This record gives sequence, C-alpha cells and structure tokens, in this order.
Amino acid sequence: MKNHNHAFSSSSETTQKSPSSSTSIKNNHNQSFSSDSVSSVNSSKLFRKPSGFDGFKIFVTLPVIIYALLLIFAPLVYVFFLSFLKGDNYGSYDYEITIKNYIEAFDPTFLKIFFTSVLIGLITTFICLLISYPFSIFLRDKPEKTRSLIIKLVMVPFLTNSLIRTYGWITLLRKNGVINYSLVSLGIINEPFNLMYNNLGIIIGMVYTLLPFMILPVYSAVSKVDQNLLDAAEDLGAGKLKKFFRVYLPLTLPGAFNGSLMVFIPAIGYFFIADILGGGKSMIIGNLIKNQFLTARNWPLGAALSILLLVMTFGLVKLYQKIGGDLDELGG
Amino acid sequence: MPNLVLSDFEPILDKVATKKPSDHRRKTFWRNVFIALVLLFLFMPIIILVVFSFNSSKMNIIFTGFTFEWYGKLFQNENLLEAFRNTILIAVLSTTISTIIGTISAVGLKKYNFFGEKFIGKLIYIPIVIPEIVLGISLLSIFTLFKLELGFFTVLLAHISFSIPFVITSVRSTLYSFSPSIEEAAEDLGASRFETFWYVTLPMIKPGIISGAILAFTLSLDDVVISYFTAGPGTNTLPLYIYSNIKTGITPDVNALTTLMLIFTIVALLISSKIETKNALKRKS
Repeated sequence: MKNHNHAFSSSSETTQKSPSSSTSIKNNHNQSFSSDSVSSVNSSKLFRKPSGFDGFKIFVTLPVIIYALLLIFAPLVYVFFLSFLKGDNYGSYDYEITIKNYIEAFDPTFLKIFFTSVLIGLITTFICLLISYPFSIFLRDKPEKTRSLIIKLVMVPFLTNSLIRTYGWITLLRKNGVINYSLVSLGIINEPFNLMYNNLGIIIGMVYTLLPFMILPVYSAVSKVDQNLLDAAEDLGAGKLKKFFRVYLPLTLPGAFNGSLMVFIPAIGYFFIADILGGGKSMIIGNLIKNQFLTARNWPLGAALSILLLVMTFGLVKLYQKIGGDLDELGG
Repeated sequence: MPNLVLSDFEPILDKVATKKPSDHRRKTFWRNVFIALVLLFLFMPIIILVVFSFNSSKMNIIFTGFTFEWYGKLFQNENLLEAFRNTILIAVLSTTISTIIGTISAVGLKKYNFFGEKFIGKLIYIPIVIPEIVLGISLLSIFTLFKLELGFFTVLLAHISFSIPFVITSVRSTLYSFSPSIEEAAEDLGASRFETFWYVTLPMIKPGIISGAILAFTLSLDDVVISYFTAGPGTNTLPLYIYSNIKTGITPDVNALTTLMLIFTIVALLISSKIETKNALKRKS
C-alpha cells in the first residue's frame, strides 16, 4: 500500500499547486481505469490514511529546509540584527540596540556616493537596453541555427572569470593601452583619451560585464513577439520607431524589466569594477559596504547600508512582479 | 500649390511598394555588422588576454614579439597554480553538491506540501535577486558568528549556497513539463518512491539538471564578490590572486593560464554539444 502516504500528502494541502498537479490527474486516471479495482483502491484519495513516517518525503524536503533556513534566512536575519547594534572601528560591537547606524547611513557623504552609484547603475542599464533591443530584433529574423549559435557565443565570456575580463580591459583602456595607442598612431586623435580611472571606465566595465544579462531576457521576449502583429503594424503604415514603441516595447516589457533588474542590481554592487577601472576615485554602494566590513571594520554600519540596499532591491522586485514578471525567469 | 495627381507620386509609390532587393541586402548587411560588433565587444578583452599571453614583453602595453615563455613560467608560479587548483576544485565540488541538493529540492518543493513550504519557496529566490555583496557579507557574518574559520571550506559552502537556487529553478522548469501520471504509473506497477525517482523522474528531468549544473559551474567560475568576502586571508582563488596583484602589476603568465582554461572550456563545450546533437539524432531515428 505504498501509495497511501503520497495520496495523503498531495490531497490535504493542494490548493496552491499548479493545475497539472497530481491530484487532478489522479482523479482522471481513476475514472478512466475504474475497472482496474486494485489500482484505483491504491491511489484513491478515499482510502488515504495519515501516516507518520515517509522516508522519501524527508529525503526530498529536509535538505532544502535546512539549506534555506541556515544559509539564506539566518544570515540575513543576523545582518538585520547587526544593523541595530552599536559598532566601533575595531571590528567588535556592543550589544546595545540603536538606530544610530541608519541615521549615519543618511550622512551627506554617503548620500552623494549613493546618488553617483544609482546614476552609474541607471546609465549602465540604459546603455544595455539600447544595445540589447536592436541586437535581439536583428537576430530574430536569422535562421534557427544562427540564432542559437550567437546566443551561445553571448554566454561564452562568462566562462572566464569576470575579474580576469575586467583586467583585460585595463590593457585596452589605459592611457598607453591598445585603444589609445591605435587611435594615436592612426592619427585620429592627438592626445590619448582618459578612458579609465574615471566614471567612464566604470560604466564601460559595467556595461561589458552585465550586457549578457540584458541580452538573454530581452532576446527571449523579442523572439516570442507574434510576427502577425508586426506585419499588421507595418500594413497599417507604422514606421520603424512606431513599430518598436507600439508593438515590441509593450510586449517585451517584463523581459526588459527582468534584464534591467539583473543589470542594475549588480551595477551598484560590483565594487571590483569600480576599484579597477574607476581607480578608486569614484565609489559605488558596493565599495561603501565592502569598506565598512573589511577596512573600517564597522560591521553594524555596513549591515545597515546592506539592509537599505536590500529594501531597495525588494522594492524593484515587487515592481517587476507587478508588471507581470515571473520570478522563475530571473537570472536564468 | 501645383495641382498634384496620383501619377506624380508613382515613382515614390513604386519605391515604397517594391522594396528593392539591393536595399534589403544593404539593410541585412548593416544588421549583421551590428550583431558582429556586439559580439566583438563581448570578446574583446578575452582576445586581448590571449594575444598578450604570447607577448615577449612583461608589460601588457604593446606587442613586442612572439614567445611561449609565459606558458613555461606559469608552471613555476606556485601561488598562481594553487589559486587555479582551488578555483577548479571549488567549482567542481560546489557544482556537484548544489546540483544534487537542488535537484531533490525541486522535486520536493513540487511534490510535497509541508509546513512552511510557501516561506521556503520564497526564501530560495533571495540569492537570485539580492545583490551579491549583501549575500557575501551576510555569509561572512554568519560564518564568523558560528566561529567557522574562513578558508577553502567557507568559500565552498558559499558557492554551494548561491548555486542551489539556480539549479532549483532550472530543474523546476522541466519538472512541470511532464505529467505526474507517468510517476504514478510506475508506483502502481510496484516501484518504490525511490525507484520511481531514480528510474522515472530523474531521466525525464535530465535536461534541466544538466543546464542547472552548467549554470552552477559557470557561476562558480565567474564569482568574485562572494569569494572575496568568504575566503579569508589564507585561501587563494584565481580572482583573489588577480585582485591582490593588480596594483603591483600582473605578469603574462596569468594570460597564459586564462588562455589554457579558455581552450579547455571551449573544447568541453564543443564535445558536449556534439554529444547533444548525436543524442537528438538518435531520438529522432
């Protein structure tokens, strides 16, 4: 009678399961094979009985429970707790509850870094959108084989660590680097540009590192747009821009927002790009948090800054769900 | 205003009505150029790294001459080799462990309802959406709280931790694509729950498991931020080695190592896609 446990567990709390869940199918199955009495008795919900021990259920649910509580929930709760403690600069803290860290987080110097960082993040996101849309629309008409090859090629750079690729950009961007050297020796410019050790360098590095995260969701959304709608728009006299703003954009908004999340959130946190290509002149929120944890060693302040960043992130994710985005499609 | 009749527009109308093939070809050409430029942008620093691994000058500025010297030097740089070994070991171990846990978790979350299931289901999205730096500092904090010594083990644990959710979402997408009646048939025919899982469920969700594992492996190789916070002073991984040497200057043996890794991964990808198409053909015939 091995089906008892299963029947019990799948029937008693089914409500939020997907329509294809086992219960409904099981019912069909029982009806269509009702002549086979043994099978229908075995899997019938009527004959279920609560059972104490289910080895398989424990095997497939216990690891995820332990994992989620121990490695996701506990660390975040602890950081939340830390953010209300009184810190000093020696890496220790008093167990005294205070909101001082949150007040300090709104210090003008921090606010300035915050705004610079958000601005860099927004510019990066916008440039990525600006590249991903034409790229996806142009790719749409290509034969299936070409498309899948090019999408694979977009993924290949990921197989080299992003820090190593950022290091590769130094060779390209610095004053006597490959780009300036070529431009000067070709006589296109007289003086080498300052392509790095400023905000431009940070933005180039961010766009480069995060572009694939935008291309993949935007491409997947664009390739699902119905060709008939595009033909109809064209037949009714819509120009290229109108076709984009009235057909493509509304239909691909969740995809674009998905990509924007996957670009914007890292773009305010990737301190190593700001360090290497920004030359430490501009800080982003990531640098701020890193410094509080590793250099200034004021963990509670760093924790408060992290919680604020987290609140902002959850706000954006809620917004994404509101416009019809699916959590399962994020980051995949 | 002169009197215009329809025939005056005919040349224009002709132009609009019949898109000339040369026009079309030109459009396609510029579209291809755009796609190629985006790909070039994505590959540029990698191409540069590869080219300069053969450069006879120690400085990565201009190409002074061709040499294999750095490939030899690479095998004398103990620190770099150790960083490389750690990176690969962490990637392989964290991929294996997170793929196993992620796969059974996806099955458990779909098949069973349990106390707090909704809450757990929400929690597993958190590592996907939150900034890596927040994940990094929160793991650092909890490791310190539990007095775990930062090092190889904590980096491994951190990598497992951020990979599992990606495996779960990847497996879940294939899990919903087949009917549960297939599993029930197996159980009706006398297979135990474990046997059904092993012989029926697993083969059907294999594509999701494989793509989840590839994702986990890639994420582990690509990670900088979380390793940075959880490694502690004693442990070296490739990104940490580069980060600590970037101010003093990096020698081209790093380029050489990157080139070798790149060749290895591309060959592995080609082989896997060959096997994939072969299997697809077999299934067709």
